[in-house]
Amino acid sequence: MQLTNFAYLGVLSFILLGTIWLEFIVGARVLRKPLRLVMAITPVFLGLVVWDIYAISQGHWWFNEKYVTGWQIGIVPMEELLFFIVVPLAAIYSFEAVRAVKQWQVGDEL
Amino acid sequence: MSYTQIGILAVLLAVFLDLFILKTNILRKPVWWISYSIVVFFQFITNGTLTGFAIVQYDPKFNLGENFYSNTPPLIGDGRLFFAPVEDLLFGFSMCLSAIGLWVYFGRKGIQNLPISNTSQKMRERFKFLR
Repeated sequence: MQLTNFAYLGVLSFILLGTIWLEFIVGARVLRKPLRLVMAITPVFLGLVVWDIYAISQGHWWFNEKYVTGWQIGIVPMEELLFFIVVPLAAIYSFEAVRAVKQWQVGDEL
Repeated sequence: MSYTQIGILAVLLAVFLDLFILKTNILRKPVWWISYSIVVFFQFITNGTLTGFAIVQYDPKFNLGENFYSNTPPLIGDGRLFFAPVEDLLFGFSMCLSAIGLWVYFGRKGIQNLPISNTSQKMRERFKFLR
């Protein structure tokens, strides 16, 4: 195992670190709503896993073994599973940050 | 089905989910288009890294590309945009729209919708210049 094997994980860390500060600096309240977060991301996660399993098994795409850890569940690399959590999380952060800064109503206000 | 076909289907599903199933109507709100633009900008950087260094590789049989690249694909051209297959835009769009749609939907149902982001006076003052 070499440092290059963590390249994909490195990109994921960049996405996570690049968004999570919005919780503290901009006041995007995302991590403070863990149940809602799990309920929003889980269906998306499951759908993407199904898509990924199909795409990998059909050969639509695959992963350069030099740049992934090789840890996987079935045919799906662990990096992909994390991607399907980290990226929806980042999208929600982006959404909540814009909403916070602009002070806009988005439709979840009661 | 090809990557292109699944991508289009995923976008249609996500749009349908937002407008007709969840009725969150995020697509009609500027907050979506601004936050999605920010996401796409960073998608070009991060996904450009994943595809430009060929960390992920694609079979052109299943996308709009003509050629296979085991190393750096074109920056733009042959079905690629910032190294990534253009289909990745469909993938990203559907992923973000459905996640945010569900997020707003459950919030509207009363699940942890409070406190609303940035209700503190201090933060409002801090970001006044962006409003």
